[in-house]
Amino acid sequence: METTKKKRDIKRILLDNAIYIILLVIIAVIVILEPSFFNIRNASFILAQASPRLILALGVAGIIILGGTDLAAGRMVGMAAVITASLLQDPNSILRVYPNMPQLPVILPILLAMLICAAFSVFHGFMVAKFKVAPFIASLGIQQIVFGAFSIYFQNLNDAQPLASLDPKFTAFVQTGFSIGSFWCPMIIIYAVLCTIIMYFIWNKTKIGKNMYAVGGNPEAATVCGVNLLKTFLLVYFIAGMLYGFSGSLEAARTGSVTNQLGAEYALDAIAACVVGGVSMRGGIGRISGVVIGVVVFQVINYGLNYLGVNPYMQYIVKGAIILVAVAIDTQKYLKKK
Amino acid sequence: MGENGYILEMLDITKEFPGVKALDNVKLQVAPGTVHALMGENGAGKSTLMKCLFGIYHKDAGRIIYNGEEVNFTDPKHALDNGISMVHQELNQVLARSVMENIWLGRFPTKGILIDHKKMYDDTKVIFEDLGIDVDPRQIIGDLSVSQRQMIEIAKAVSYDSKILIFDEPTSSLTEREVDHLFEIIDRLRERGLGMVYISHKMDEIFKIADDITIMRDGKWVHTGPVKELNMDRIISLMVGRDMTERFPEKTNVVSDEVILKVEGLTGEYQPTVVDASFEVHAGEILGISGLVGARRTELVETIFGYRTRHSGKIYYKGEEIKIKNPLQAIKKDFALLTEERRATGIFGDLSVLFNSTISHLDAYAKFGVVDNKKMAKDTQWVIDSMAVKTPSQKQAIGNLSGGNQQKVIIGRWLLNEPEVLMMDEPTRGIDVGAKYEIYKLMNDLASRGKAIIFVSSEMPELLGVADRIMVMSNGHVAGIVNAKETDQEELLRLAAKYL
Repeated sequence: METTKKKRDIKRILLDNAIYIILLVIIAVIVILEPSFFNIRNASFILAQASPRLILALGVAGIIILGGTDLAAGRMVGMAAVITASLLQDPNSILRVYPNMPQLPVILPILLAMLICAAFSVFHGFMVAKFKVAPFIASLGIQQIVFGAFSIYFQNLNDAQPLASLDPKFTAFVQTGFSIGSFWCPMIIIYAVLCTIIMYFIWNKTKIGKNMYAVGGNPEAATVCGVNLLKTFLLVYFIAGMLYGFSGSLEAARTGSVTNQLGAEYALDAIAACVVGGVSMRGGIGRISGVVIGVVVFQVINYGLNYLGVNPYMQYIVKGAIILVAVAIDTQKYLKKK
Repeated sequence: MGENGYILEMLDITKEFPGVKALDNVKLQVAPGTVHALMGENGAGKSTLMKCLFGIYHKDAGRIIYNGEEVNFTDPKHALDNGISMVHQELNQVLARSVMENIWLGRFPTKGILIDHKKMYDDTKVIFEDLGIDVDPRQIIGDLSVSQRQMIEIAKAVSYDSKILIFDEPTSSLTEREVDHLFEIIDRLRERGLGMVYISHKMDEIFKIADDITIMRDGKWVHTGPVKELNMDRIISLMVGRDMTERFPEKTNVVSDEVILKVEGLTGEYQPTVVDASFEVHAGEILGISGLVGARRTELVETIFGYRTRHSGKIYYKGEEIKIKNPLQAIKKDFALLTEERRATGIFGDLSVLFNSTISHLDAYAKFGVVDNKKMAKDTQWVIDSMAVKTPSQKQAIGNLSGGNQQKVIIGRWLLNEPEVLMMDEPTRGIDVGAKYEIYKLMNDLASRGKAIIFVSSEMPELLGVADRIMVMSNGHVAGIVNAKETDQEELLRLAAKYL
């Protein structure tokens, strides 16, 4: 009796912390195969890479909690990157797509990109909330429209050549940083941390957050409780769009060279990271900490497998397997205990 | 059959969950050709006991003897294959498929690799004729009424050649006539020698249909014997463990002259709808609403609340005409609606008791959209304390609580809004006697404080015992409004059939 109880407790603890254990196991395996992986520089690289992905995933996660999904998120990132890169090129470069434009303050194009993404996202939310278009389909439609629209812009701009020679001030906005001991912390990590704090606050301390969980958990009951469904949808999608825009802007400055293909796979990666972090596709369930850990797990895998020099196609197999295993384990938590 | 005349025996069943002893040496012995009532308050362990039988839970100790042999079923399918089946309170059916497909799902008769639809149809027909069920096996099951679907669930159990049939609150959504039909079927099954376990909170049914009764309380066995040896008061006191002299609290509310809510010619936009409904509710009054299933009582309160679209008619609140378009506006006007379908429109099952308590009251906690978590925790504690909710913590997901406790949380949720007009749609459905009494008392208290209460119920005794006036609906129309003190069940039934 006593021992079965103890066994049950251990099982519970393992299940509740499965995602952390998976992360540790992955790191352990990589370190065993390549001990040099375990150094602070790699940690800095991984976190910097994870930052724009995290900001993106925070937006997608809200939509998943509403009971939807957003396949368009990646293309939104591409759109924001193209917009900011085209408007923030080095004023001294001969490669500028707008040769006569004055040098803009960095924040302006970023805000513009965020608002354009938010506008598309709000339209997306409207289609889902008002016309009850299934979120998967709605986001597929938006994805195509967004990609087409900004690709036309990109094509006409520079004859489809990559947008490079970015304004050094823009690059510095993302890449400057400071050292904490031997850990180099670029600003991009700080932005991700800020976004995380703001989103934590919105999810847990505001009416929007509570209403989001209510609508995702049981839309009918939410209506009876006086929650305005449409308003909740539009707000959550608006916030998501702003995050997409910000994430795309950072990604542009981080990579330094932008084409319309940037972000192509980001949406599925973000959805996978959310789900691995315990955000349920059923809606109504999920936490910020889960999103963060999910994104970090993915980035560690990405970076680690590259570091080990694993065949890129093999990497797909590993990532796919980890999605399946992580979600299968996490799901056990929500199954009725017997 | 076992040597001692029982077809099913569950002996010394014990089941422990972390921190709770859900079952403590419980016994249940069912003889063939009898209906055995299993009674107890919510949380007494009835469902847990059944889940142990079906292998959904693994019992910690005890023996299950079926047909003279000890058995341990691993899952419900295993039990079903051995002739033990259950008719659930909530029906698990594939709504978009036909009646016969639902019955034979998972074991379709085949001809080679093709499904033999003709045999499926014929076999279904035979069972239906046998049980006196008049439904076309080819009909889509979602188009049938709840009672018809329930009959089909029973037919399905019979099709497995079951020896033991368990009914879990089978009549909670049936009309009187449908209940009679169900009882006819149960009688036929009894003649065939089936052993049946009948779980219900409705006393009159127990006396009508059951031969024996087992009563449980707090996970313990309390009493087993023939039903005839007990009366209603005795059963209740065995269930609650103390004498319950009164099923209804003494009425203390005083109906004032002030009209709080006045409805004139209310008709909804979409079918099914109320038709031209007019009535008043006074301050301090409990207005009962009676009627058969399909009388559209739920549609009435949902239209007032703005959950359904109003087509025509006027609603006055304290003498002023109001135009409520959605529940949010209704809540702002101090209306509250406890909905009939707790699962569908009441609870957020995955979310915490705290969340469920406070969600319709967020404005009170929010300053510039930021909510005050401390205040929410305080109000949640009020809900838990004042409604006597049994929950390990505020963080517990409400879906893990018993139905009665879920209902208490939802009632508490609405009380936090301090509504002037409280509409309660079947508030005591599926709730045990003790909790029912608490809810009646609560209605009384609220009415005594001058609130107007609309109380929709399918159980006439509780309407007669609790309401001041009773409005009877029939087929969407108001068939009459009577004084609760001067009426009886016969008059209510007569009115309920007025527009049929």
